[in-house]
Amino acid sequence: MMDQLTYFFTDPIARKVILGVSIIGAVSGVVGTFSFLRKKTLIADAVSHSVFPGICLGFLFAGTKDPVTLMVGAIFTGWFSVWSIDYIVRTSKLSEDTAIALVSTFFFAIGSVLLSIISKSQNSEQTGLKSFLFGKAATLSTTDVQVFFVVSVLIVAIVILFFKPIQLVCFNADFADSIGIKINRIEFLLSVLTVTTIAIGIQALGVVLMSALLIAPAASARYWTNKLVGMLVISALFGFLSGIIGVIFSTVKDDMPTGPWIVFVLFLFTMITLLFAPKKGWFSLQRQSKKNNRKIEQENILKTFYQFSEEGFERITVGRFLEKRRMDSHVLERNMNRMIHQGCLKRQDQNYELTEKGKGEAARIVRSHRLWELYLTKRMNFKEDHIHGTAETIEHLITPEIEKELLKELNFPVSDPHNKDIPY
Amino acid sequence: MKPKHSIEVHNLSVAYNRIPVLWDIDFELPQGQIIGIVGPNGSGKSTLLKAIMGLIPLSSGFAKIYDKELNNVRDKIAYVPQRESVDWNFPATVEDVVRMGRYKKGKLFSRLSGIDKQLADEAIEKVRLTPYKDRQISQLSGGQQQRVFLARALAQGADLYIMDEPFVGVDVATEKTILDLLITMKNEGKTVVIVHHDLQTVSDSFDYIVLLNTRLIAHGPTREVLTEENLQATYGGQLNLLVKMQHLIKNTDFPIREKGFEDK
Amino acid sequence: MVGDAISHSVLPGIVIAYLFSSQFDSIFIMIGAGIFGVFTTVIIDFFHKKLKLQEDASIGITFTWLFAVGVILIALFTGSATDLDQECVLFGELGTSFLDKIIIGGRLYGTRSMLMILPVFLVIVLFVFSGFKGLQLLAFHEEYALSKGINTRIWQLGFMSLVSITTVMSFESVGAILVVGLLVLPPATAYLLVGKLTKMLWFSCVIATFDCLLGYLFSIYFDVSVSSMIIVFAGIIFVLVFLGLKAQKKWKNNFSEQSVFE
Repeated sequence: MMDQLTYFFTDPIARKVILGVSIIGAVSGVVGTFSFLRKKTLIADAVSHSVFPGICLGFLFAGTKDPVTLMVGAIFTGWFSVWSIDYIVRTSKLSEDTAIALVSTFFFAIGSVLLSIISKSQNSEQTGLKSFLFGKAATLSTTDVQVFFVVSVLIVAIVILFFKPIQLVCFNADFADSIGIKINRIEFLLSVLTVTTIAIGIQALGVVLMSALLIAPAASARYWTNKLVGMLVISALFGFLSGIIGVIFSTVKDDMPTGPWIVFVLFLFTMITLLFAPKKGWFSLQRQSKKNNRKIEQENILKTFYQFSEEGFERITVGRFLEKRRMDSHVLERNMNRMIHQGCLKRQDQNYELTEKGKGEAARIVRSHRLWELYLTKRMNFKEDHIHGTAETIEHLITPEIEKELLKELNFPVSDPHNKDIPY
Repeated sequence: MKPKHSIEVHNLSVAYNRIPVLWDIDFELPQGQIIGIVGPNGSGKSTLLKAIMGLIPLSSGFAKIYDKELNNVRDKIAYVPQRESVDWNFPATVEDVVRMGRYKKGKLFSRLSGIDKQLADEAIEKVRLTPYKDRQISQLSGGQQQRVFLARALAQGADLYIMDEPFVGVDVATEKTILDLLITMKNEGKTVVIVHHDLQTVSDSFDYIVLLNTRLIAHGPTREVLTEENLQATYGGQLNLLVKMQHLIKNTDFPIREKGFEDK
Repeated sequence: MVGDAISHSVLPGIVIAYLFSSQFDSIFIMIGAGIFGVFTTVIIDFFHKKLKLQEDASIGITFTWLFAVGVILIALFTGSATDLDQECVLFGELGTSFLDKIIIGGRLYGTRSMLMILPVFLVIVLFVFSGFKGLQLLAFHEEYALSKGINTRIWQLGFMSLVSITTVMSFESVGAILVVGLLVLPPATAYLLVGKLTKMLWFSCVIATFDCLLGYLFSIYFDVSVSSMIIVFAGIIFVLVFLGLKAQKKWKNNFSEQSVFE
């Protein structure tokens, strides 16, 4: 395995392939970010199908696999598909997804007809054309990589140069329009960038799967950052890494297409992101909801102790507690132990009692609950028998800041709607 | 025994995208009247209708229709959604859409009877669209489209009609047609619940009004409810603290009701 | 659009079933594809609703991934000797499937694929005819169907099954990508021409049959890929209808300027 890895970075041919694929991955990550933010990723899919006839035309025109001619052909039909989709949506009652589906399959079918014409010709160069279907990074030539490099630098330069207007158009096109940015031109620029990126990417990814390289890195990047620049960088990184790893994976068997493997790796990155990303990831959401539940449980225990103390009882057994408030006994035990650990509760034989810290906390919860009940009756015209339910939840949410506002708005009340004292 | 209320809503809360948009709504509506649910944009009126119709999940509480669970009285209710809820380019004629009113749960595999078709024709006549019967629905004006929806509901032959903003974007003729129709329906003993966004127009026709702005402001016979104070509360903007709580709930992903907490 | 995604993402199901049964016309293939069809909608829903990934990206990521898995499986486990290779995924191989004739007792009963497709065709036609009202409601106004207590999830599932089955059937003849063209182009053409669902269904059938016949004849004549030629024809007919309607409208407007204010 190690030998294989070092091989990739020492062997000149392998190094060329890795270099080519990483350029493609990084640039796709950058350009895909804008497609993703404008919710136009499915158009990217249509474009990647539609560059296929362009490549065949380019080949028919040049007679060889000259990268520049093929790319020009690809850009031409790719851009034409974008225009067709736009034209159909603008001038007919057909919806955008229908237009996308029909344009992309039509173009793809034209491409495959052209391919079957080409494959009948005697041209010996044609064999490699099929690798455009699922991608074969091994076929990248030195000229290919050079062309990719130049084009990529151009794309990145354009993105940097037009960063501000592009950002505005992606975020809020109406506003961009109002301050005099020519939206049409920026949108045209973005679609040219997308088409060009796809045109250079298909040799490694293939026309069928290229769109994944535009969508997945950007979608994943969105989960790790809230900033556009950060998103561009992370997205480029994901594209870059999955390109390299995908190519390495694809060497497990001879004659394997690279596209599917890169997409496979991309999906792994996306899954990792969706599961582990901070705040928005699956585990993070689960943890948050667990934390919320624990908070609710502990605060309910505190509140029950407070109600006991209002009746004059300070030291409570578990049995008595459960008489007053129904609760799963395991949950109660677990939380009580935790609260003892935190110093809110102390235990003597069978009796539990709040500490000073615990009393303060308990008073705060009860205060929140009663303030909110008062707020509901005073400000929201709730009937007295309807307020308890909401307050039961809201009490756990009220921050010191909101409590202050509540106090001010209600003018420091002394008792709640049920005539119970509000503790301070 | 005849049930007392057409709709009873108890402690109903709904969250949309995790933000609570309806807080503990609680009211009963009478029968045989034209009832307006009125409030500014974004006050949760349509959400309330959808909650009553069981189209969105509730965070708490329940709604009953004629004192029964929704599923037991579906045949007695006709729902008229907002006009924007469908793609009007859909290949269907006026007749096609109105006949959908006769489609029933569990009978989707059987053919419509002659009576079904006749009822659909009558409904089309009631909204005065008979000359347009075979038109494709995209070739109708906004008001005519609204009347198609109304006819579809009429074809259902329900007792309770629940309409979401039927007066938005319609011409004066349609407004008049709808209002006349509402009064006819009322005289036939039907109940009509209408969501409406402002009080300047058509509110005279309401017998009963529910004022709503994420919370229930007031409900009762029109004359009693339309006080300066209530209107100020309805249209005077959101409560500052409530908005803050909404965002707090959204950001912490807190449940609106505690697990195991039961509404009495 | 989800239908489009499904047609790509049933591929792993087909491949896995093929690896087990090593023939195309088995019930396993249908089941394999069906499972992955449902699986696709579940994942898309999970990404979109639970993990808050925007919808277009959820669709795009899911179907490209499943398609990629299918291609990888083919590349890894099927040799060049088998019927299933990467290219037939894309283009199908209509030419060869006609060769398998079913001959029982010296009499020709038709080709193998015809005998397989016919019963499925009848099932689908029967479902569309008898369940027309349900499908119509689902397509036109799901919310309204829900308000009548109709279980739209079941209808959705039924419809998705139809799409999956159709895809599998077409897989052998037109391949996984071009089948989208067959699913979209004829109905879109019909949609431009008529304004009533029942009519649209008939038009769409006729147009699709016409596309297939013409495409087939031309491909034989020019000796190019059959499936691609069919879609090219479907596309050309769409373009002709599209532009024809535009021209007709323009022509009308030129003659009666007043009609603009109608």
